[in-house]
Amino acid sequence: MIPGPFKYHRPGSLADAVKLLTELGDEARPLAGGHSLIPMMKLRFATPDHLVDLSGIGALKGIHSEGDRLVIGAMVTQHELLASSVIASSLPILHETALLIGDPQVRYRGTIGGNVANGDPGNDMPALMMTLGADYLLEGPDGKRSVAARDFYKGVYFTALGPGEILTAISVPVPPDGHGYAYDKLKRKVGDYATAAASVVLTMKDGQVATCAIGLTNLSETPLLAEDAAQAVIGTSLDEASLKKAADAAKAIMAPAADGRGPVEYRTHVGGIMVQRALRRAAAKAA
Amino acid sequence: MATQVKKTQVSMKVNGQPVEGLVEPRTLLIHFIREDLGFTGPHIGCETTHCGACTIDMDGMSVKSCNVFAVQADGAEITTIEGLANADGTLSALQEGFREMHGLQCGFCTPGMITRAHRLLKENPNPTEDEIRFGIAGNLCRCTGYQNIVRAIQYAAAKINGTESKEAAE
Repeated sequence: MIPGPFKYHRPGSLADAVKLLTELGDEARPLAGGHSLIPMMKLRFATPDHLVDLSGIGALKGIHSEGDRLVIGAMVTQHELLASSVIASSLPILHETALLIGDPQVRYRGTIGGNVANGDPGNDMPALMMTLGADYLLEGPDGKRSVAARDFYKGVYFTALGPGEILTAISVPVPPDGHGYAYDKLKRKVGDYATAAASVVLTMKDGQVATCAIGLTNLSETPLLAEDAAQAVIGTSLDEASLKKAADAAKAIMAPAADGRGPVEYRTHVGGIMVQRALRRAAAKAA
Repeated sequence: MATQVKKTQVSMKVNGQPVEGLVEPRTLLIHFIREDLGFTGPHIGCETTHCGACTIDMDGMSVKSCNVFAVQADGAEITTIEGLANADGTLSALQEGFREMHGLQCGFCTPGMITRAHRLLKENPNPTEDEIRFGIAGNLCRCTGYQNIVRAIQYAAAKINGTESKEAAE
């Protein structure tokens, strides 16, 4: 369980990190919390010649408000998300989701930037960011740009990140006061990836769903936005028939892998249940 | 492919003492602590970031040291189980709790358990049973069934809080 040899770099600025990653090309990997990459290196599934540790870059830390959005630095850890009163009050679904990631030790090290940028369909934050309509702020050799979370994921470990580009922050529109939210995740044990998980953010008006977005984790090669499922419940009171319609619409776009978490049929079935549970719990929390 | 890599100088504070070493970048922190520094309290269990036997305290965080490179800990303040006894060498409240409440059987997970529980009680001095179970979810024990580990941590919390309130009264 000894990783292959590599050269270690700890740049002090974003510009230096981008320069290093651009110069070193495919042989270099950025290192955030390391709780996905280092296990892969120990198994020699990943053998980068260079690691560019982002932990020395102050600009990647911190959470701040920008108008009606919260901007979360890429190197903010899951533990810091859980300790943040701003997150707990303005983006409580982020708090709820972070609690379901890994275990305490993993949350001290694991970062939100690593979670969303790695492109692992098992990670929990990507589907949530798609649900919330977040934007990812990227910086690379050609400057800065912003990519919607909903356009970011292309395949397993394949994202819109270009060569030398670093995800620097996540800009999340704060949902309106009184919104309902839920992240429902079935996992086999603490620290496991989801067998299936669903995130819901909605608003209710006069007992009916006014707006709704639904995201799905680990149910395809990428996180999914279940648009038809969300449409199926808008204007309803989330009666049984509408919940079933939403679950069926969500299941129609699921294509999970058959693995230790179960065969395709089981994981799809569980996915439908997660959608219904998350919708019910979100509605119960909505004002 | 394989790059010839020079060793790197690292320095950190371990159990209050400044230490230095020359490591390959790929040297895992647990190997540096056990083999170079000789602190063999933190154990190598699964080596896959699941079991928590290698847990150390690093800059105020519980960390699985099999999943951190020694170079990442350059400049860090680290505490291992060897640094958790009272200054006069007597057992800390947690160590005493694990003895009194039979919080261990084979003892392999115990250093990681106690080191994790140490940080948990620093952050939450009076945890509920659920909070304790959630807080030690990253540490596996294959003997006890956790019941007595939870009791041991409750014992330590009560003792620490009792001592503190007594001090406050004085």
